[in-house]
Amino acid sequence: MDILCVCGNGIGTSVLLKVNVEQVASELGMDVTVTTSDAGSAKGTANMNDLVLTSPQLAPELEGTTTPVETVQNFMDKDEIKGILEQYAD
Amino acid sequence: MTDFQAFLPDTSFALDVPATDWRDAIRKAGDRLVASGFATDAYTDQMIETVEKMGPYIVIAPGLALAHSRPSEAVLGTGLSWVRLSTPVEFGNKANDPVSLVIGLAGRDEHEHLQVMSAIAGALTDAKKTEQLAKAGTPDEVRAILGS
Repeated sequence: MDILCVCGNGIGTSVLLKVNVEQVASELGMDVTVTTSDAGSAKGTANMNDLVLTSPQLAPELEGTTTPVETVQNFMDKDEIKGILEQYAD
Repeated sequence: MTDFQAFLPDTSFALDVPATDWRDAIRKAGDRLVASGFATDAYTDQMIETVEKMGPYIVIAPGLALAHSRPSEAVLGTGLSWVRLSTPVEFGNKANDPVSLVIGLAGRDEHEHLQVMSAIAGALTDAKKTEQLAKAGTPDEVRAILGS
């Protein structure tokens, strides 16, 4: 599945999140492609993905997208990320 | 092997320094980026503006803020700074306040720092390493923990 990690600028927190999402996905045996984006351009690219991950503060920026948006509170908590990914695992 | 010395040189560190509030904490992280030649003073202002505009989303884990802004002319090179506060400060992020470690990031794009960010993510998702990082006394120790 394709996952889009969104942060304010697309180079910091979303990159850290991508690293952890990829690791958790591999632990779960999920085949994922993770890309990163800033909140501004995420609206356009969100629909090309199966899942969008972002922080609670930035979620409102993505309102209106048809792709499911899940928020992550602690980007360094693999269990929290795992809990989200498991919902979308086949 | 990640070149931590290049992305996190000694000049990028401030260990156990005080900060009056979140702006001051970001300013300290910005000063270290400037000292290492990764950014100009304008970038420090941009990092503060990012929080003013988008909220304290940069506090991405309990006690941890990743101060950064977008790639701009104020970014001279890709690198990080590491500011550990002697007294934690509030950023206004209910879930993850207060912040005791501010990592400053100057990035020219989303690729150059991927390796060092992977190492940081690897260390900070590990409770034992996180604890070691909170106690590390020198830049060398911090780099050694990140590389372990």
